[in-house]
Amino acid sequence: MGYLYTVLTTLMINSIAVLGLNIILGYAGQISLGHAAFMGIGAYASALLSTKAGFPFWFSFPLAVLISAVIGFLLGLPSLRVRDDFLAITTIGINFIVQAIFLYVPFFGAALGIGGIPKPRIGEFVFRGGYYSLIVLIVLLVGIILSFKFYRSWAGLASETIREDELAANVIGINPVRFKLMAFVLGSAYAGASGALYAHFMGFISSDDFSFPLSVTFLSMLVFGGVGTIKGSIIGAFFLGALPEILRPLAQYRLLFYGFLLLLMLRFCPGGLASLIRLRK
Amino acid sequence: MLWQQIANGISIGSIYALITMGLAMVYGILRILHVAHAGIYTIGAYIGLYLFNLTESFLISSIFSMALCAVIGVAIQRFVYYPLLRFPPFVPLIAGIAMFLSIGEICRLIAGPYPLSFPVVIRLPSINVAGVSIAPIQVLIFSVTAVILLFQWFLTSKTSFGLMMRATSQDMEMAEASGVDSKKVVALTFALGSAFAAIAGILVGINYNQVYPSMGDMPAYKSLALIVVGGLSSVPGAVIASLLLGMAETLLIGYAEIPLPRDALAFIAMIVVILLKPQGLLGRRG
Repeated sequence: MGYLYTVLTTLMINSIAVLGLNIILGYAGQISLGHAAFMGIGAYASALLSTKAGFPFWFSFPLAVLISAVIGFLLGLPSLRVRDDFLAITTIGINFIVQAIFLYVPFFGAALGIGGIPKPRIGEFVFRGGYYSLIVLIVLLVGIILSFKFYRSWAGLASETIREDELAANVIGINPVRFKLMAFVLGSAYAGASGALYAHFMGFISSDDFSFPLSVTFLSMLVFGGVGTIKGSIIGAFFLGALPEILRPLAQYRLLFYGFLLLLMLRFCPGGLASLIRLRK
Repeated sequence: MLWQQIANGISIGSIYALITMGLAMVYGILRILHVAHAGIYTIGAYIGLYLFNLTESFLISSIFSMALCAVIGVAIQRFVYYPLLRFPPFVPLIAGIAMFLSIGEICRLIAGPYPLSFPVVIRLPSINVAGVSIAPIQVLIFSVTAVILLFQWFLTSKTSFGLMMRATSQDMEMAEASGVDSKKVVALTFALGSAFAAIAGILVGINYNQVYPSMGDMPAYKSLALIVVGGLSSVPGAVIASLLLGMAETLLIGYAEIPLPRDALAFIAMIVVILLKPQGLLGRRG
């Protein structure tokens, strides 16, 4: 059972990150290639708050989400003011810079990473194994509901309008920067939440856990599942996340496999797996 | 010492320029961030190395490598990017990243994960001017870069093809309406850019005497930062940004104690430039 919980928890943690990417890319049409960096920011924030400052999980987790959102705001502000393609490039840069900071600054544990991150607890009761999965599941469900609410809200509609036609959106009085930024901040908060959950799940984090290939993996998951849909985000995260577990020998060719899968998906089925499922109905 | 560092910096910057030029050309014409470009650079180095082992001739191996990479570049454009142009810009971008990852992995599967050595003896004199010594490989890098820059300048500003290229990058539909075969222009742009990337790969392989599957990783993302700094579609901007970065890297590593790796510098420089001058060094507004 322990193995199953481990895999399931990892898949759910990935799903939360991919849901966040879906808000940025699927709803607002902005590409973020540094999603792993925001996951890292959440993970390091929660890890430092609970190991160095001694906060319990219940404090450090929401604080970590808030910190990721604030950093998302600060980093998104300059890059969203200019053209679309800039965001793709600046987020790649953010990923490399953030990872370098984690790796080189002693405060963040440098090459040693941060260990001994405690599991959440209430009094004597420690949430481990299946109980931790339950916490992750609850966060995932809250994430899904929030994502749904955002999509149906005025802000979600505005983001969609901007995605379809920025000029038209501008003409009818929607400020593109405001809503792009809103989506970017919300998406970064999701990544932060998934990172914080990851840190307390693993008990140990290092800068390698949040490198650029992970950002590409999240993107693959989203594209594979179906950009712009909640079910697509989760299908993609579960499918691509579980595949290496099911096909162990594939692990060595994972990147090649992802690459080809992505190319085929983009070329022949741009709607992702979610669109196939809809077609069959 | 300072002049020596500057000379070393310019030679690194020249190689960045060779890679980044193709990227700026492609962005100018299709508005695509062609990440797979650095994959072509890796392939170029491998093909160059294999051909060199076969023929023992630097000239023949690099010319064939450039030609083959030009074909590969056109194929990528034709079969990967072209069908995706009607989608939002992130779709070709993701396809480019996927392509780039696949190329690296294919190289790893075919040639193995270990670095291969590229043992070319360059029969050029080393130059010594006032205590600054320039190694034969650096002489080669400078002369190749100079030739390609001159060729590029001549092509874009003095020939009818250059005129077509500029017209297409201004407005593809208008260019087509006035009789420009834009498909041909786009294909030729990719062919040229890919050939430049191939020679850059070979020069880097010789300079560090190694060719390995992930050698394109840093150039892939660094060159994106460089075209942003240069002004996205401006080739002269990209060249200037590359030379500046090459010099900044060597000087900062030589004189300043910076706790961050040199690769992060390009991105920090990029963010600073975007903050101060959102259109880049030589970019136009809009």
